[in-house]
Amino acid sequence: MSNFTQARKAVVARILEGDGRAPHALRRAAFDNAALAEPLPAALIDKVARHAYKVTDEDIAAAKTSGLSEDQIFELVVCAAIGQATRQYDTALAALEAATEKERSEHAPSDPQ
Amino acid sequence: MRLAILNSGHSFGTKVLFAFIRMVSRLPVPDAVKLFRYRSDFYGMRWGVVAQQAMRGPSAWSVGDRELMGAFVSKMNECECCMKTHAGVAAVAYQDQAKVSAALSDLETAAIEEPLRATMRMLRKLTRQHAVDADDMRAVLAAGVSREQIEDALAVCFTFNTVDRLSRTFDFFVPGPKAFEAGAKFLLARGYR
Repeated sequence: MSNFTQARKAVVARILEGDGRAPHALRRAAFDNAALAEPLPAALIDKVARHAYKVTDEDIAAAKTSGLSEDQIFELVVCAAIGQATRQYDTALAALEAATEKERSEHAPSDPQ
Repeated sequence: MRLAILNSGHSFGTKVLFAFIRMVSRLPVPDAVKLFRYRSDFYGMRWGVVAQQAMRGPSAWSVGDRELMGAFVSKMNECECCMKTHAGVAAVAYQDQAKVSAALSDLETAAIEEPLRATMRMLRKLTRQHAVDADDMRAVLAAGVSREQIEDALAVCFTFNTVDRLSRTFDFFVPGPKAFEAGAKFLLARGYR
């Protein structure tokens, strides 16, 4: 496993499984951009994942109004950002795998049996 | 910054560090530093290792190439703060401001190496459309880019696809040219840890 892969997995494990102010289920839902019962600010999390440049002051204010503390919002936004970047990264690695699969199978040693 | 805790919720030791940075640099502490230093056990401390590996770890791509990719991904994510910061680092690393400006302005006509151009095309699609397919990867491989280089470029893309989102959501302040110049020199000399 490369140092980058190790470091990436360590961050993901920390934000999802380690101690935090937001419950683990909320952090996981934010990471997955998945629907969950309140108080997960689903609209904010979806914006972070799909087009973060559209987030407004009002989105953050609405998350606070829903009962979340700033520390919880901080954690959930970090989870949402890393979650979406992870999906993009994993999709690209799978595409790379598919693109190089044929080449590698052609160069693989033949089965001795 | 949209969360007050990211401006003023740091520990006493971190506040002292920020005061020292302000005194020495005569510039405000960058919002990126404020974010990474806030409860760093949750995110910033480990994130520094991710960014350092992606941007300064062993790779066939130069530091300038990776910083340019980062600036380019930031442009796709409409993150002015990160784009200007890392375009600045790339320009110093390459010793070529014109090359960086051209690549960010028009990837297709810029005077850059074809493997880098093909890789950046793929990163552009991945960032904008959130997905790429095997044909996209074959096009990059056909331009002479190795599998390892693609993996390294994806690490850069992952890094900026995270940080750009945080920058835009928390609304990082976009400072003036002096701050970007100082930030570029710092990141080139010291890296991300």
